[in-house]
Amino acid sequence: MRVPSTRRLRALRRAMLGVVGLTGFLLIWQLIPTLGLINPLYLPYVTDVLARLFEQLVDLAFWRRLGSTMTSWAIGLTVATIAAVVLGTVVGLVPFLRRATHTMVEFLRPIPSVALIPLAVLMFGIQRQAALVIIIYASFWQVFVQVIYGVADVDAVARDTARSFGLTRREQLSHLVLPTTLPYLMTGLRLAAAVALILAITAEMVIGNPGLGRMIELSRSAGDAPGLYALVVVTGLLGLTVNIVFRFVERRVLSWHQSVRGEEPL
Amino acid sequence: MTAYTGRIAATRRGRTVGSRIAAGLAYPLGLPILLLVLWGVVATRATSTFFPDPLTIAEAFRQTWVGPAFVEDVLPSLTRLGLGIAASIVVGIAAGTVIGLTQWLRDLLEPLLEFLRAIPPPVLIPVAMLLLGITDTMKVVVIVSGAVWPILLNTIEGVRGTDSVMKETARSFQVSWWERLWFLVLPAASPRIMAGVRQALSVALILMVISEMFASSSGLGYRIAYFQRNYLIAEMWSGILLLGLVGVFLAVAFGLVERRVLRWYHGIREVNRV
Repeated sequence: MRVPSTRRLRALRRAMLGVVGLTGFLLIWQLIPTLGLINPLYLPYVTDVLARLFEQLVDLAFWRRLGSTMTSWAIGLTVATIAAVVLGTVVGLVPFLRRATHTMVEFLRPIPSVALIPLAVLMFGIQRQAALVIIIYASFWQVFVQVIYGVADVDAVARDTARSFGLTRREQLSHLVLPTTLPYLMTGLRLAAAVALILAITAEMVIGNPGLGRMIELSRSAGDAPGLYALVVVTGLLGLTVNIVFRFVERRVLSWHQSVRGEEPL
Repeated sequence: MTAYTGRIAATRRGRTVGSRIAAGLAYPLGLPILLLVLWGVVATRATSTFFPDPLTIAEAFRQTWVGPAFVEDVLPSLTRLGLGIAASIVVGIAAGTVIGLTQWLRDLLEPLLEFLRAIPPPVLIPVAMLLLGITDTMKVVVIVSGAVWPILLNTIEGVRGTDSVMKETARSFQVSWWERLWFLVLPAASPRIMAGVRQALSVALILMVISEMFASSSGLGYRIAYFQRNYLIAEMWSGILLLGLVGVFLAVAFGLVERRVLRWYHGIREVNRV
């Protein structure tokens, strides 16, 4: 009886400290321009930024830009995931392919995706396709590498057992390879979702296709500091939402898996 | 009879050694060479201006980057990258250790850090430009402001995850605070820290490129964007190639350092597996 109550007390304390931390951060931010440490032209008051943020939230144009960014994000992530899962499974299952592609993967993966921005602009101009090239390239590797690891992680005894019980190739894929790979896939997907968001916004900033990123670049060149900071906060909230949603999905999908079950307090 | 089989065995062994060497070379080099050749053939056949053949790119690479451009553009970029990475590692590990060891501080900062980490790092470039102007400091700050999070958060997790039995043993043996930190907490956290550093490296490289594309008149990122705007296609490709090489170099250097730092850890895992 006592144990849950102390646990609840502890959770309450954590939540309160967290709120205190956030409030403290906002207070310090407000104080810096107030005390004149940094010119409010460069670091606007929190109150101004928050006011601008709420102004944005009732502005239809803002939501359209947000929708544009998230559309690029969703398309890029979907294409990259499908390609990575298919290719990753094939390459991971065939030892010959795994050995043959190893150097290629090790060379292509570290190429920073943003290095491809000029190429993408040349090929597609200031359009969503240019952004998609960058997004897909970056998020593809996150999923691909995880899928290869996951497929290679299939327990040898389980595989031999499956084979001696005469499971067909399809049955092996769905009952053996898929459950083993799923935790890896979900990790890759979570990473890829974050990376895809970063690159969707970056591409808009650098390439200039419509979306939140271009809005950020425009408010910077217009010298609109509160607008800029408000948009930075928006992207932070967006990133946070993506993280939370994907972590939640991961927990749901892997609720049967040791790594998730083990986290439950006993 | 025995001599006969012996000779066969010898020749067969000779062949397997030879073919093993051939396979050892063919596997890592086969596909890249095949793709390069394919690229060359396609590029010379099709007259797409955007995809020059590999030889043109190699020639452009030599002309563009070997010589004064290396000192003017590549070295400053790499210096900023190196400074940014070093600062991220120092700040990340120091702050991460303090936060990880202090329960109330961790509770206090957790939501805030969670939010700050979620901000896409390139978004901070305009902010840094406002606050610091277009300077080298700004670029290093941008790199740090993006690359520090994976190190910081992984250090916090790693420090927190130190084996409690070991911690209490160290305390009951009256091991001093500094020694506990140096010989117990940091080594215990080092696998996580290294995982964080690995993520930070790629973030830092991306931020180096973008900060230069945005606000610079020198550097790798600036050069590549400049080539693209002036339709110097082969030069642009050579820049992409150079960035790829920097990325590969970082990954290899990191692999070496990691193997050195985490030798004990890999050793333990191997023993456990056996």
